[in-house]
Amino acid sequence: MQPLTNRSKQVVKKEMTFAEKLYLPAIFGGMIITFKNMFRKSATVQYPEVKRDMSPNFRGQHVLKRDENGAERCTACGLCAVACPAEAITMNAAERKKGEEGLYREEKYAANYEINMLRCIFCGLCEDACPKEAIFLTDRIVPTEFDRDDFVYGKDKLVEKVNERIDVTKRQTPEVLEFKKNKSLSHNKI
Amino acid sequence: MAKVTIDGVEIEVPDGTTILNAARSAGGDIVPPAMCYYSKLEGSGGKCRTCLVKVTQGSTNDPRPMPKLVPSCRTNVMDGMVVENITSPQVLEARKGVVEFLLINHPLDCPICDQAGECDLQNLGFKHGAVNTRFEEERRTYEKIDIGDKIKLHMDRCILCYRCTFVADQVAEGGRCHGVINRGDHAEISTYIEKAIDSDFSGNMIDVCPVGALTDKTARFGSRVWFTKPMDAHRDCDHPKCSGKVVVWEKGDEILRVTGRKDQYNEVESFICNTCRFEKKKTSDWVIEGPRHIDRKSVVSLNHYEHLKDIKEDILKYQKQISENLNKG
Repeated sequence: MQPLTNRSKQVVKKEMTFAEKLYLPAIFGGMIITFKNMFRKSATVQYPEVKRDMSPNFRGQHVLKRDENGAERCTACGLCAVACPAEAITMNAAERKKGEEGLYREEKYAANYEINMLRCIFCGLCEDACPKEAIFLTDRIVPTEFDRDDFVYGKDKLVEKVNERIDVTKRQTPEVLEFKKNKSLSHNKI
Repeated sequence: MAKVTIDGVEIEVPDGTTILNAARSAGGDIVPPAMCYYSKLEGSGGKCRTCLVKVTQGSTNDPRPMPKLVPSCRTNVMDGMVVENITSPQVLEARKGVVEFLLINHPLDCPICDQAGECDLQNLGFKHGAVNTRFEEERRTYEKIDIGDKIKLHMDRCILCYRCTFVADQVAEGGRCHGVINRGDHAEISTYIEKAIDSDFSGNMIDVCPVGALTDKTARFGSRVWFTKPMDAHRDCDHPKCSGKVVVWEKGDEILRVTGRKDQYNEVESFICNTCRFEKKKTSDWVIEGPRHIDRKSVVSLNHYEHLKDIKEDILKYQKQISENLNKG
């Protein structure tokens, strides 16, 4: 048969030499490698206790941001869902009622918002598409689960807690930070 | 008959045709955009100024150019007229200015607005507008008004095209109960002392509205348009004036919204009654004819697989262009 590459080698079963029959040089050779590795710095870390530094553009679990007053920024415009190449995002909108101004920033809000973390490819296009600075990818790793259903994250897991804000300034481009300085724009109003 | 040249395209149209309609009869890129003109509504047009064109030769008899840009929806053609639309930088510049003016008081709340995705102003702004605003004052704001229990009026978004008032006058026969009050910057669409319009055809003002100022309350915030499936459908409507030919916007098995069938200029083919629009929200109410053909440039055509051939052709074209450019160095 025609070989696929020219790297294949014929296996030969030839008689071993005396040195090879002794085995000891080979055992010592192996031991040297083993001991060398024992004193080398470990390549792994003890993950949940020790965490590695993430690259600033690492894209992990999503967060739905709140504004300075604690109101949800997401207005269920659907641009993240339409940008999503994996079709991982679904949402339902609802109208804000009188008295809920502190809960939701805009007239319309996401009543349900789900991201299927099994579908998500963490490309970050949702973040690019978002006109309201509501969704960001963070440096948190999505934990493992036993059931597939548990990977469908609802608002309970996605929206940041009012008293545990998640810092996303690393993910904002200089252009956005410059734009946010103009406080007369309704987008930047507190 | 009059012979008119628009952007180098020669068209022969009957006397008394407007430049806009002459351009529409030829079709293509030379058609000026229109925000207020609506061919099915008598007297519409002449308000928004987006259809401005340059007339470089008035007619064969009087070949002088017109001194200013003219609104093409209100200017009739003359024999031998030469018109420049997209070939004239002056027109494009003026149109950009008009868009900027239209957007001065527009709240730009497209992420919230139900019209987003099928909005004339959004398309116009995308095509002709500037990315940034130079307007630093506060935008004028109004309270939201319920016109009847089925229609919501967001006066903030209104560009005062007057189309809805023509609908109220001509289609809905509601008398003069829907109109524009106040003047200039303070002008606003209003029903007389917020009186509900109870005509059978009042819902058509939602369809004619080029922006999201008048929206369907029964479908309010139901879904973004690009997540719904538009299907041509019809039913035998009892109303003598209603054609019963509609587009139903489905999500799953649900019908979220019913609208008239809109053509390439976003004008409905025929007006439909309020019963069809607001009350028939079950699939069993309708005879579904098949999927609606949506223009490829519209965001609504996302995930519709009917344009795959065109997309393939375009990709091949761009590939060829790119490789040619690379070869040139």
